[in-house]
Parts: sequence; C-alpha cells; structure tokens
Amino acid sequence: MDRTDRRERVDRPADNDAAGARSRGRTVVLAGLRALFLAVVSLGGSLSLLVLSLVSLALVPVLGVGLLTTPLVVKWVRAWANWRRLVAVRWGGVRIPPRYRVPPAGAGWWARASGVLRDPATWREFGWLPLDAVLGFLTALVPALLLLYPFEGFALALGLWRVFTDGTYVGWWYGFVPVGGQGSALAAGALGAVLLVASWWLTPALLRFHFLFTRVLLGGGRGELAERVRVLTETRRDAVDTSAAELRRIERDLHDGAQARLVAMGMELGTAEALIGKNPEKARELLARARRSSGEALAELRDLVHGIHPPVLAERGLGDAVRALALRLPLDTEVTVDIGGGRADAPVESAAYFAVSEVLTNAVKHSGAERVWVDLRYAEGALRIAVTDDGRGGARIGGGSGLAGVERRLGTFDGVLAVGSPVGGPTVVTMEIPCELS
Amino acid sequence: MRVVLAEDLFLLRDGLVRLLEAYDFEIAAAVESGPELDRALAELVPDVAVVDVRLPPTHTDEGLQCALRARRARPGLPVLVLSQHVERLYARELLADGAGGVGYLLKDRVFDAEQFVDAVRRVAAGGTAMDPQVIRQLLAGRAGDGRPLGRLTPRELEVLELMAQGRSNAAIAGHLVVTERAIAKHTSNIFAKLGLEVSDDDNRRVLAVLAYLDQGR
Repeated sequence: MDRTDRRERVDRPADNDAAGARSRGRTVVLAGLRALFLAVVSLGGSLSLLVLSLVSLALVPVLGVGLLTTPLVVKWVRAWANWRRLVAVRWGGVRIPPRYRVPPAGAGWWARASGVLRDPATWREFGWLPLDAVLGFLTALVPALLLLYPFEGFALALGLWRVFTDGTYVGWWYGFVPVGGQGSALAAGALGAVLLVASWWLTPALLRFHFLFTRVLLGGGRGELAERVRVLTETRRDAVDTSAAELRRIERDLHDGAQARLVAMGMELGTAEALIGKNPEKARELLARARRSSGEALAELRDLVHGIHPPVLAERGLGDAVRALALRLPLDTEVTVDIGGGRADAPVESAAYFAVSEVLTNAVKHSGAERVWVDLRYAEGALRIAVTDDGRGGARIGGGSGLAGVERRLGTFDGVLAVGSPVGGPTVVTMEIPCELS
Repeated sequence: MRVVLAEDLFLLRDGLVRLLEAYDFEIAAAVESGPELDRALAELVPDVAVVDVRLPPTHTDEGLQCALRARRARPGLPVLVLSQHVERLYARELLADGAGGVGYLLKDRVFDAEQFVDAVRRVAAGGTAMDPQVIRQLLAGRAGDGRPLGRLTPRELEVLELMAQGRSNAAIAGHLVVTERAIAKHTSNIFAKLGLEVSDDDNRRVLAVLAYLDQGR
C-alpha cells in the first residue's frame, strides 16, 4: 500500500494546481533529506562493516579468534543489508528480495555458521560493502546535493558573497561561476534557481536510481537464477520422494487389504460350492461370510480411493470438497469459498485439499478447538487458504505436527505455508499456492 | 412399479435390472448417461428412479444433478441415488426441498437384496432411505456432552439412527427384536428430549429427524 503510494508520487509529474505542487514539493524535500541521510549512513555503515569484516577474516589464522567473530560480523552485515532492503522498498518502492539459504531443520551451531559462510548471498554482501561505501554513497549524495546546493547560490546572491571577497577578486566558485562581486553572485543565484528546478524534477528519480543501483549489487541476477534452480531441484526431489512413498503405501494397502479379502472370498465361495449338495446349511453360512468379505473389501477400497483422490474433489472441485470435508469433522466448521466458477489444475486442487485436510486434522487432534473457520479464495494469481481455530495455540511447523509435510507438499507448487499460533490461541494457518484457474 | 435405472457400468446395470425384475419391478428404461436420464425422467415419469451419482459424459456428479433437476421440475419425484461413496453434502442437497421420496445409499447396499428392494419401495412410496454411513456422519457432528444428543440413552441413539435411515417403527422393532410398542415409547422419548414435534406420519417424522441432525452447520 505504502509502496505503490510512494511510487506514484515519485513517477507522476507534478500537477498544476497548488495542492499538487505542495505535494510534489514535499516529495522532493523528503527525497533530498532521505538521500542525504542515506549518503551519510551508507558511507559510515558500509565502511565500518567493511573494516570489521576484513579484520575479522584476518583474525581467523590468529588462534582462530576470527572463527568466533566472523559469524557475528556476518550477522551484522546481514542486518545492515536487510535494513537497506527495507529502506529501498519503503522509500523508493524498489523490492530487493533477500535470497538466503534456509539452514536445514535441526542444524547445530557449527552447521549453521559454516552454512552461512558457504551461502553465496553472504559473499555477495561482503562484495557490496566497499561498492556501497563509494558508489552507493555517491548515488545518494547527488540527489541530496541537487536539492541543497541551490540554497548556497541563493545565499551568495543575497549577500553571502561578501564573506569571501570584497568585490575586487574572485573569492569563491559556485559551480562553474566565479563569484567576485554582486553581479557574479546574482549569476550564482540564477544557476542555483536552475539547479533547484532540476532538483524539482530529478531528486526523487535520482534517489530511486540509488535504490536500483543497490538492487543490482544486492539482488543478484545469476545468483538468483542459481538459487531458483537449487530450490526447484530440492522441491522436485521432495515431490518424487512423496509420490514414491504414496505408491508404496497404496501397494501395501491393496496387498494386505482388498487383495487378501478377495482371496478369502474366493475360498469361501469355493468351499460353499463344494458343500452346497451335502451341507446346504453350512454352505449358506459361507456364502453370507463371502458377502460380508466383499463388503469389507469395498469399504477398504473406498478408504483407499479417498486417500488417493477424494471422489467429491473429482466430482465437485475444491470448494465443495472442502465443504464435504468440514461436514465430516466432529467440530463446528464454517467454510467460505470465493474462487468464482473456475477450477485449478487437478494436482493443485489435490495438494490444496490434502493440505487443508491435514491442517484440519491437526486442529481436531491437538488444538482442543470448538470452532474452525476455513476461508478459501483466489486472488492475485494465487489460491489463498486460511484455517483458523479457537484452540489453545502453540502449533508450529515440525515437531510431529504434520505441518512440515504440508509445507513440503505445497513447495512442489511454489506454495508457502505460514503458521501464527501464540500460546493460548487462536491458531491461524495460511497457505498460498500460485496457480491459474480454468 | 415402473423404474428408470441409470448406471454407466454394464455389469452393474445388468445386475440391477435382474435384481429389480426378480422382485417384480418393471424396468421402464435402463440408461447409461446423463442426457439419456434427463429424457427418460421427463418422458416416462417412473414411479421411482434408481440413479448412479457418477455418469457420462462428464463423469462427475451428473446423475445427482439430473435427479435434482428432475425433482425441481416434478417435486417429490421419488429418486434413489447410489454411489461408491457417501457425502453429507450430497444428502443435504437431496433433502433440501423437504419433499421426501429420496434415497441415498452406498452401492454396497445392493448386496443385501431384500433390504435394497425394501429401500426402493420405501422411496417410491414417498419415504426416505439414507445410508447408515450418512447417518453416522450426521451423528458424529452432533454427539458430545452437553448437547441434546448426549442426553439420549444408548438404546435411544440406536433407535434414532435407524429412524434417520428412514425405517418405520415396525421395521425398527424387527431389527432390534423388540415390540413395536417399545419402539413407540423410545420414539416419543427421543422427540421429547430433542424438542421435536411428534408426528404420526412416518415420512414426516424421518424428515424432521434428518433436518434436526443436519441443522446448525
């Protein structure tokens, strides 16, 4: 919200009316002051962090002192870079997404520290420090000066020139104007006015340029692509693993369940056939048993089918499938669906369904909730699902909650899962899967 | 009694035709797709339709939609819907018009020919035949202490379950091997505990119980 607002103000030429001019003026002054602030802190911050990191790395051979300090410095550098990312998006509407590797769950201190050092993003940020101290500093300084420098020209024209000269010699240079008396001081003032007009048009854009420049250094073109490839490789492996495990489970269920029951049924029928002449009573009993077996086999197959692809999902789509799911829960569940008439691809629907199912199962098993709300909507190219319960909270990803599995499943579709669950409740699990509706 | 039958799998369709003919039903039409069913229901106006939920051409819930359409055109047209799985959601849609003459059963129930034929006859007569699994889903949603259902005795719950399936007092008595008088007493207790109005009409009584079990969600 904030971001688009600012971007509009930066890009839109000033309106002719007074209100537009006032607003533009505020934008320009704000941009100039922010640029000045950024110039100062980027020089100071990046330079001192650069020195710190060089010293820390140099200390590694010295009794390994650097081994203790480097992780700390890396942490500071990250915080510094993240603050600059934040500023870029808040002040310039420039998004610089961080691309840090996520440490594997349950990694120890050492694994984390060495993982951070192996992360290309860390080295990218180290490389950014000296460039930021020089070029980042300069690109921030230019818009600041463009706004402030004209006022020196005005001051000279108004009489400040007398401080530098008595009017007989050139005592000061304002830009390319030699100030040697009231006449040339007025020329300096005129140049200042020209610069101020330039500043009116350019300062916000120049500040934005500073952020774009920061993005080039911090955002990472090929690194980003490589990171994407890495994530894809990982999620693909997860997807293959999951589906292989699913197939194994289905095979086992069929083998131990329906298949075995059909064998038993065949035997019962065979025996009944043999007995029908001499012991019809016994044969009748066996036939009844065979019928029961067939019923049980059917029930098992039904459960199995439900676990593979719930029939109601195939028949009605995600919205009604989730409604049907909610109706099977022993909790009061309210379902709102707003996805228009469209349907997502079958794999996405299936992943979303099982994700909701798992989250609801969790709510029933662990939360102690009395009511659950499921909200399902499609917006901005993504399926968004929120499951809220009024239980005791404290849910988290991992720790046997099944949410980690949901996260992996959704990962295959570039989907994400977030859990907000303070102790005492309520728990809100939100999921987002980018997809298109057909 | 004239029956229209819709089932896309030949083996099952054939089996159902045989079964129903063995019990003296007249098969007015045995069709295999949604559009054919639409036509048969409109033109033949059977005493009862036995319909599979999933039919061509879409292989989704075509059969259910045909049945609902036909009942909108002809309220109370008796329809018995068969499926490989039962959902409360579908049961609710079938019962929504409150007209009765509705059945919703798992296909497995065909195994017990007597009971299946009984269900078809009940539906044709304007009664109800709900699969025990649907009723169990309904009860599961409403069980628990502090709720009215928690005040029923186990025996009363049993009677309620059978009643919700659509059975008459006589049938329930036969099933539980007790007298009809005992069942009538249980029934009036149940209705008192749930705060429902007692009705002498079996069909209306069943619909009231189902509506009660399905309310609130």
